[in-house]
Amino acid sequence: MGNKNTQSSVAWPGELFQVLKGANIRQVAYVPDAGHSRLIELCQADQQIKAVPLTTEEEGVAQLAGAWLGGERGALLMQSSGAGNCINMLAMASECRFPMLMLVTMRGEWGEFNPWQIPMGQNVQRVLEAIGVIVHQVDEAARVAETVNAAARLAFDTSRMVAVIISQRIIGFKDWNATQGTP
Amino acid sequence: MKNEITLDRREVVAQILKQRGDTLVVTGLGSTCWDATAAGDDPRNFYVWGAMGGATMIGLGLALAQPTRRVLVITGDGEILMGLGSLATVAVQHPANLSIVVIDNERYGETGMQDTHTRSGVDLAGIAEAAGFPYSARVHTGQELQTLIPSLYTNDGPTFAAVKVMARSYPTVLPARDGTYLKNRFREAVLGKKAFE
Ligand SMILES: Cc1ncc(C[n+]2csc(CCOP(=O)(O)OP(=O)(O)O)c2C)c(N)n1
Ligand SMILES: [Mg+2]
Repeated sequence: MGNKNTQSSVAWPGELFQVLKGANIRQVAYVPDAGHSRLIELCQADQQIKAVPLTTEEEGVAQLAGAWLGGERGALLMQSSGAGNCINMLAMASECRFPMLMLVTMRGEWGEFNPWQIPMGQNVQRVLEAIGVIVHQVDEAARVAETVNAAARLAFDTSRMVAVIISQRIIGFKDWNATQGTP
Repeated sequence: MKNEITLDRREVVAQILKQRGDTLVVTGLGSTCWDATAAGDDPRNFYVWGAMGGATMIGLGLALAQPTRRVLVITGDGEILMGLGSLATVAVQHPANLSIVVIDNERYGETGMQDTHTRSGVDLAGIAEAAGFPYSARVHTGQELQTLIPSLYTNDGPTFAAVKVMARSYPTVLPARDGTYLKNRFREAVLGKKAFE
């Protein structure tokens, strides 16, 4: 069990980071998820990117709206459970046509062990689509970067809300015997 | 001991905005939109017609994107109570150019004047202070307001103020309501032609 540390499954966070740099992302807001831990470290270490830890994911939606008002592009990183926290704030992004780039790492999906993750995880895509978010799903590590690149173009060139859902298949499932949990 | 509340919110907001210079303004939903509009519409005002709890974080994103401009959030006590965590998030970022003023009528004015938690003594300025705001003020009097106003535009760290105002209803003064229009005209005022590149 545990992560399948194939070449591509280790490389994707770095590739994804390069895509964010190439898309001129200047604000990265996040509530941590284990699946995003490497990407968060890369963003924190970058001079040009303001990495902003949030208390709840909806703060990030509002922050990215403000960033866009001030001429900066941002991205919001979250675990699938965080998508549910965002819905009413996304109503503003929909009404105002704020570009939103959301990168969602999945739980409650592939090989999940925590039953409390299932109800939100299994409904992330339809809930986001219900509020008007365009959803790209990716379940191959080698395709994460190209998918986020396409999503960023769509979000910023057409002023739309776009989420990339990164499958738990890519992140690997939790080793129940490990010392550090990933709730 | 509770101080008697005598400040009039329309006058408070008008006096604050009179000294705005080139400050960028974000309002909360409802009454603070009408207050700011009554003081004089301006394309550098972003009126939030919904997104309850989001005004502070819109202000933060804007302040981080425009570090050389002053950003002022004017919002309600009910609105900010829905996003209290954002005070912690702002304090951690410590933007030098962001000020937040709560027009605290101790009520959910727009929905029928129901009491908010501040009516029972919840101290928003104390919460901001505890979160790490280097400047946090409680304003009850006209004199305290006069001291506050210049500090909103000159303090070199995140600034918070809860201004106690009378729980009165006022005529609604509506700004434009189309969100895309409000966004585009704000961006054009801040970014010029680049807003549409
Ligand atoms: C998520 C959400 N919950 C409830 C409402 C209904 N609502 C609209 S305005 C408002 C009261 C806002 O109170 P406050 O921010 O104190 O403004 P004021 O008292 O100045 O009117 C509420 C509860 C809403 N618009 N959105
Ligand atoms: Mg109120």
